[in-house]
Amino acid sequence: MIIDLERFIDEEKRYWTELESILDKLDRDPFRKMNLSEIKRLHYLYQRTSSDLARVMGFSTETEIRRYLESLVGHAYAEVHELREKPHRFSPLHWFFQVFPQTFRQHLRAFVLALAITAFGFAIGGIAVSIDREAKSVILPFSHLQMDPSKRVAYEEETGAAKDRLQGKKATFSAFLMTHNTRVSLFTFAMGFTWGIGTVILLFYNGIILGATALDFVHAGESTFLLGWLLPHGAVEIPAIVLAGQAGLILAGALIGWGRRVSFKKRLRTVAPELVTLLFGLAIMLIWAGIVEAFFSQYHEPVIPYYAKIIFGALELTALVLFLGLSGTSKEKLRGKD
Amino acid sequence: MEKTNTLHIKTPEGITFALPLAGPVARFLAWVIDFACISVIMMVINMGVQITQIVSSDFAQAAVIISYFLVSTGYGILCEWAYQGQTIGKRLMSVRVMDIQGLRLQFSQIVIRNLLRFIDSLPVCYLVGGLSCLLSPKSQRLGDLAANTIVTREPKIPRPDLEQILPHKYNSLRDHPHLVARLRQRTSPHEANIALQALLRRNELDPICRVELFSQIAAHFKKIIPFPQEVIDGITEEQFVRNVVDALVQALGTSKKSI
Repeated sequence: MIIDLERFIDEEKRYWTELESILDKLDRDPFRKMNLSEIKRLHYLYQRTSSDLARVMGFSTETEIRRYLESLVGHAYAEVHELREKPHRFSPLHWFFQVFPQTFRQHLRAFVLALAITAFGFAIGGIAVSIDREAKSVILPFSHLQMDPSKRVAYEEETGAAKDRLQGKKATFSAFLMTHNTRVSLFTFAMGFTWGIGTVILLFYNGIILGATALDFVHAGESTFLLGWLLPHGAVEIPAIVLAGQAGLILAGALIGWGRRVSFKKRLRTVAPELVTLLFGLAIMLIWAGIVEAFFSQYHEPVIPYYAKIIFGALELTALVLFLGLSGTSKEKLRGKD
Repeated sequence: MEKTNTLHIKTPEGITFALPLAGPVARFLAWVIDFACISVIMMVINMGVQITQIVSSDFAQAAVIISYFLVSTGYGILCEWAYQGQTIGKRLMSVRVMDIQGLRLQFSQIVIRNLLRFIDSLPVCYLVGGLSCLLSPKSQRLGDLAANTIVTREPKIPRPDLEQILPHKYNSLRDHPHLVARLRQRTSPHEANIALQALLRRNELDPICRVELFSQIAAHFKKIIPFPQEVIDGITEEQFVRNVVDALVQALGTSKKSI
């Protein structure tokens, strides 16, 4: 019990002020590392202020002091009881070449599932167009895909040879593709919160469009054009969208739990940094795909030979597979030995 | 789970502190302000880009598209990261994003709660997010649920105008500091607030009601601490309540200012 409140405040306020200044310093520089004596002092001040709060709580008129101490204790509590790693100085190269591919491999099952859903959609779209040529008008939402593939190829090659259709529009087109694809990918991820149903639908639908377009061109005997057109940017863009599906399915997995004896909050807390890594990774992939699509993919023979475009796309895909499959594996092995 | 407007966190030291939760209206207004901020930023960028249009209109157009995407998606993330859970709108509305367990807000939590806006904003005007906020026990939208965050209020509590009700006159109760200390100990915040509010609103009361009200409050406090008769003699019931409030509140007036 506090008999003399004024004396109590006079005695204790220097500890509160000291704790407040330490917390302010930590707020200003989140990367700051305290030494052992500073940590001990913080802990002591936190406990002392907590005890002061407990004493003030019994008083009738101390609303202001109680709230002040509550905010101080709450703030200090976040510093003292935080077990997650403190943010370290961000190293973009380390993140890109180590963290991103490692995170991808850590959740390979979700990626395989997302890929399987897309492939299933691809098969359905392909079959639909193969057995019913009219299905194209229902399945494909874009007017430029409604055209007869052979006529489209002839048009692209003729007009492309005569003049650069994207002259003075390349950067705008590239920016549009980057932002549009990133938005679609983020939406595919966010739909993971519908227990994955939304993500599955979007991946499946994306697969249907791809399958219907691909088989339409194949049936028309325009496979080379198709590969030369899609591979340079699609080799990165399509995996990036599947990666968004992977992130969405991870979110859905954490939401559902699959019989794991871990709380809902803890499951989401665990996957949150991994999801952010995947999302930033796929955004970088989509920036690259947007540049390639605007500046390279839209140019066909005779401007750029198809074989050059196909080789470029194949090299990109190989590099991507090697990057996601092998980058940062040495560090993983070392960690495994530890 | 029951809907609550306060989140209580119990520390391992056995101390419980309360975080008042922000409601959908305050959050919506904060969002409106943020939307206005994003519009202003985009207007400034557009004006800047107009200059580069002289060099290349293609580049200028691309810059606008990318800037809009980055500003609309990144504004919330950057602000909440830089200002510990606050954007300009949240700061003006005195609300803050916090970890649900009162722990430090992580960058990944900020990113996820902001990216889940894609769902929360569906189908129009944050209908999904608003409904989730209304229905969830801790007023969380879907982004908050996924990121384990809550949005708290940081109300500024105005100090009552004590000068108006407690002129610096002699207070006979102060001659008995041990009884005053006991009074402070035994009076609940609710009881103290009733006495304070009665004094603040005394001029709004009907004269008969005023006498009746203060006699009831005085009787209640006399029951809590039986002050000696000479302390109570010669003063009205209202004056006694003023002395009680003075003893409860005014003693802190000087010391609080320096905290």
